[in-house]
Amino acid sequence: MLRINPNRMTPYMFLAPAAIIMAFALLYPIGYMVYASFLDWNPSQRIGEADWVGLRNYANLLQDESFRESFFVTIKFAFAVVTLEMIIGVGLALLLDRNIRGMSMLRTIFILPMMIAPIVVGLMWRYMYHPTVGIFNQTLKSWGFEPIPWLSDSNWSLISIIIADIWQWTPFIFILALAALQSLPRSALEAARIDGATGWQQIFYIKIPLMMPVLIVTALLRLIDAFKVLEVILVMTNGGPGLSTEIMSLRIARTASEFRELGVAAAMSNLLLLLLFVLTVGMFIYNKIQENRAARIRKVAEEA
Amino acid sequence: MTCQKNHKQVASVNPMYYVIDNIKSLGGDNVPEIRFDGVSKSYGEIEVLPAFDMKLNDGEFTVLVGPSGCGKSTTLRMLAGLEDLSSGQILFDEKKISHLEPKDRDIAMVFQDYALYPHMNIAQNMSFALKLQKVPKPEIKKKVENVAEILGIHNLLTRKPGELSGGQRQRVAMGRAMVRDSSTFLFDEPLSNLDAKLRAKMRTELAEMRNTLNKNMVYVTHDQVEAMTLGDRIVVMANGLIQQQGSPEELFKSPANKFVAGFIGSPSMNFLDAFIVEESGDLIAKGEGFSLKLNPDMASIINTLSSKDVTLGIRPSCFELSQGNGDGVDEIKLTTVVSEYLGAQSVLVTRCCKQDVLVEVQSASPIPGGQEMTFSVKPEDIMMFDKKSGVRL
Repeated sequence: MLRINPNRMTPYMFLAPAAIIMAFALLYPIGYMVYASFLDWNPSQRIGEADWVGLRNYANLLQDESFRESFFVTIKFAFAVVTLEMIIGVGLALLLDRNIRGMSMLRTIFILPMMIAPIVVGLMWRYMYHPTVGIFNQTLKSWGFEPIPWLSDSNWSLISIIIADIWQWTPFIFILALAALQSLPRSALEAARIDGATGWQQIFYIKIPLMMPVLIVTALLRLIDAFKVLEVILVMTNGGPGLSTEIMSLRIARTASEFRELGVAAAMSNLLLLLLFVLTVGMFIYNKIQENRAARIRKVAEEA
Repeated sequence: MTCQKNHKQVASVNPMYYVIDNIKSLGGDNVPEIRFDGVSKSYGEIEVLPAFDMKLNDGEFTVLVGPSGCGKSTTLRMLAGLEDLSSGQILFDEKKISHLEPKDRDIAMVFQDYALYPHMNIAQNMSFALKLQKVPKPEIKKKVENVAEILGIHNLLTRKPGELSGGQRQRVAMGRAMVRDSSTFLFDEPLSNLDAKLRAKMRTELAEMRNTLNKNMVYVTHDQVEAMTLGDRIVVMANGLIQQQGSPEELFKSPANKFVAGFIGSPSMNFLDAFIVEESGDLIAKGEGFSLKLNPDMASIINTLSSKDVTLGIRPSCFELSQGNGDGVDEIKLTTVVSEYLGAQSVLVTRCCKQDVLVEVQSASPIPGGQEMTFSVKPEDIMMFDKKSGVRL
């Protein structure tokens, strides 16, 4: 007879609420989305009425020129913003990691952009980028330069949305990098000064390597976010001109609402999810490999 | 490689010679004399170190010792260039260096928490300074291996600091300083994070290093035992002021004031309040429960005193068991409260009226508590301090 020891069940009972919430809030929608991606589903139908089409949605997507375009725009956007934000954010943190009077005030001001609703950010930048009355072109004109077609030229539009995203999200990296910097062992930095490291050498040999674990997680978080960004671009360019700023999430939203193809939208979402999943897992595997390699080298060296 | 093997063989014959030879080979010749000239330090309004002068002779092992917060670490950090001076100058052989960055001062430092770089392995930790100086790689490798061999950490070179024990990390920190080949070594309480046994071992090794290396060494500690065993010269500090400097023997035998007398020596000196009277030509110090004869040489000093109230200082080791009944003028009667049996000696915590008195005795067998015993003290073993200022008389 199988008897269950109640003591052994205790941990599972404590885990149960979290597991149930996870199941409903996370796994159910994902399962739903995966299922929907195999359907030819119109918003006017209930899900049960939709036709099963198997992998057709995916097959179509891979051949769809504009989807591929949108995919590359997303990749370009995400990597550009994360790279630039990391450089600027970490740079600012290194610059401001000192006891300046009013530093806490300054820090609050720095993180303000992060707190503004994305729609508002989008509107704000759209007005600033306005070809005639926007502050950028006004300023350029007053200095005697040609105005720039910020949002109306397909070469400039991607750059423009990248600039706006950097403005909004660099503070996120800044505060995390600053927190990481301020928790570094002070004495190791002092030892580096005694060992003869210049300011730059301290940054590259000591500070950044020690901040690396935090920076990797930060970059990953930003990358995931950048792949999903929607509102700011929706308001600023709505994907245009042409497809020049139509990133994936925007295309997904339009496929669902304008083209009324929920199945295709679900398939796109799944591909995006897969991409992010691969990125995250890839990062962890890379870390693991690095650790193992270091351990192996060490072992070999010690045996020798 | 063969060369190293030879060394290993030599080492197995006589490890001491091998170590000393190797350490000597690290030594440079240009060792400066260090001078603090009117140096002070304040943090905002708060002055932690009033202006002071100090001279450290070249090649000397100087120990800055004092209780926590006395300013010894700040002094060392100013010498290292990690803290700015509020006023004054630090000079190396008459050359002003207090405006220089730490890296331009030709110093190496060992930190209390070792301050190893956690992301580098031991070899990288030790070679970091040389790498920054752009020393050729083969030479770096040779130096690191040489020092690692001396310190017995050559098998740890590929490990990360996180994988080492406290004692091993301590050695690495020392190794990192030794590889530098600087003229001045600074130690900031390097042994305080080690357990007692390891601390004693490392202390001996440091003492050995002191004897063989012709370098300036400045060592900060709160442990007077380290100060006494290591220092050529000890600087005792308290409340930001230098109380006294001198050789261990000077400090022990003729402390300048009550603080130094109480700080140097273990177990620490007993202080008893007393009043001086003259009885039939003898100088007698009378206190609660005792009267002790003083050295007649002190008469001239005592005559200059405005008040005859003084504090007597007697080292625990200066008490001798006496057969008397405690009424004599060189005797003191003490009641044992606790006896700390240490093997060869016992430290007795005794009471004389309301004051605790420590007594160190040779103990053939443990001494029970509550026992009343009579001790004699030689007049020349009694020190006298001004009751108010604590200055030695």
